[in-house]
Amino acid sequence: MSTVKLAGTAASRRRSTSTGDRVVGGVSHTVLTLWSIVVVVPLLWTVMSSFKTSKEIFASPFSLPTRFSFDNYVNAWTTAGIGSFLLNTIFVVFGALIVTMLFGSMCAYVLARFQFPGSRAIYYLMLAGLTFPIFLAIVPLFFVLRSIGLLNTLPGLILTYAAFALPFTVFFLFSFFKSLSNSIAEAAALDGAGEWRTFFQVMLPMARPGLATVAILNFVGLWNQFLLPVALNSDPKNYVLTQGMATFASQAGYSVDFGALFAGVVITIIPVFIVYLIFQRQLQGSVSQGTNK
Amino acid sequence: MTAVVPPTTAPGGGRGSTARRFGRRDLTFDKISFMLVFLVLPVVGYVLFVVWPFIQAFYYSLTDWSGFTPGMNFVGFVNYGKILSDNIFLTAMRNSVTLLFVLPVVTLVISLVFATLVTIGGPSQGPIRGLRNSSLYRVVSFFPYVIPAIVIGIIWSQVYTPGGLLNGVLTGVGLTQFQSFAWLGDPRTAMVATIFVIVWSLVGFYMVLFIAAIKGIPAEVFEAARIDGAGRLRTAVTITIPLLRDNIQTAYIYMGILALDAFVYMSALNPGGGPNNTTLVMSQQLFTTAFTKGQFGVACAMGVVLAVITLVFATIVFLVNRLTGGSNEVAE
Repeated sequence: MSTVKLAGTAASRRRSTSTGDRVVGGVSHTVLTLWSIVVVVPLLWTVMSSFKTSKEIFASPFSLPTRFSFDNYVNAWTTAGIGSFLLNTIFVVFGALIVTMLFGSMCAYVLARFQFPGSRAIYYLMLAGLTFPIFLAIVPLFFVLRSIGLLNTLPGLILTYAAFALPFTVFFLFSFFKSLSNSIAEAAALDGAGEWRTFFQVMLPMARPGLATVAILNFVGLWNQFLLPVALNSDPKNYVLTQGMATFASQAGYSVDFGALFAGVVITIIPVFIVYLIFQRQLQGSVSQGTNK
Repeated sequence: MTAVVPPTTAPGGGRGSTARRFGRRDLTFDKISFMLVFLVLPVVGYVLFVVWPFIQAFYYSLTDWSGFTPGMNFVGFVNYGKILSDNIFLTAMRNSVTLLFVLPVVTLVISLVFATLVTIGGPSQGPIRGLRNSSLYRVVSFFPYVIPAIVIGIIWSQVYTPGGLLNGVLTGVGLTQFQSFAWLGDPRTAMVATIFVIVWSLVGFYMVLFIAAIKGIPAEVFEAARIDGAGRLRTAVTITIPLLRDNIQTAYIYMGILALDAFVYMSALNPGGGPNNTTLVMSQQLFTTAFTKGQFGVACAMGVVLAVITLVFATIVFLVNRLTGGSNEVAE
């Protein structure tokens, strides 16, 4: 309340709707509105085009579709294989998410709460993984996967996704486990809980807010992953969504089924769009946490 | 959920008090199995899939390996000499470095301005607050962040095609010379158009980041500045930016690493490197060299060059921030 009093002096009240304020407010709103339009219009245009035939798209980019039909969606789903790419993506992303969250939280827990020779070295090794470009690793990774027989397979993708998401997960959860009170772990030990039990029944539930944040960030990151599948997964049967869309787009350049291409784009966006609208607050909150640590 | 405050314990700080020693005395089955599964398993996986390939890449870059022949010869720095005298790779390197300079600056300036307007851009009287309805701008601007980058590239390549949305708008407002202008096909506009797409997709993300940081500054600081007679612009330049310098540094490094990669956007917008290689970047050239031409040794050398540039870039950002008076801690 004191802040309101401080600023709400008599002088300010006299010119509470000063022209300066109105101009600044107007300009700011205009700029932000323009940006919002620039963000939204291409997306709306994509949705609109997904209902048009290729001929209509070429004839005039603005006109509404002459008839409202889902033909493009059917084509994208079946002919272009978007349906099976979607299933692959769900399988790989959730598989990798479970592996990352499980092993990431375990590793972070041990590094944060136990002291043993080499713990610092392992922590810094993880940190280094955050800064090196994946591109440097991509060629040897191809041969690592081939030698263990996981090249072009979905489990191979799950393991690589998880391995590359591990440093961030550990890094984030490290500080979370560090802040948990030690007396609770001791109480658990006195009550006869072993290390495993202490972790799963005491520590993990206490770290739930941190786990949720990392899980959301990892989900978006893994869903958008492109380089790893393109380099390590060349079997069209196993394509993930991003990879399938890229292939579809480069083929569409020749066979020109742009309507189906737009429909494929819409199918790819809709699941994330729904997740975004539901978890909008959490997602934005987790972004600011994840990068302000 | 959003009210969760991230713990700020520095690693090492308080380790003695909270961490437990793992001595030899307590080697029970419970403890051994615990350490094996909780530490050894994730670390082995990490080393096998992340660390080992990085180390191998350095070694391969010194060989003439093609990837599919059984043998390879150690050739020293021949690959490096080869790529550094290759005009196409030098073009790609120049484009990557251009992106490295332009992208972070443009993105971060726009998102800082937007974040400032949303948080402290409101009326100059009364309590410090942002513009009305500003959360709508925040929600809308952030949306591209959740769309896969490759899909963003596909959407925009359609917007930019000669018969696409952009030319439709421009023709609609009377600029008929743009009726069938190929934005991505013209050397003069290909790079600018590409940069715009990347900025478009990331402004909302950094805007949210900076909004959170500005909200973390106590309101009294802004009140005090206002009482001292500082206007909005002055407040932004002399209060907000200095207090956000560590966030800006972190964001700058993230953006820089993304600019050096840029593979996803390029694959969708300019798969062939753009007109006259005007948008060809190092990551694209690396990918082609490895998986199309099968010159894995050369590709690894390119990867090493890319890593070196990344490290040099990060060091420069750290040094500049430190020499100009910032703290040396980042992202802690």
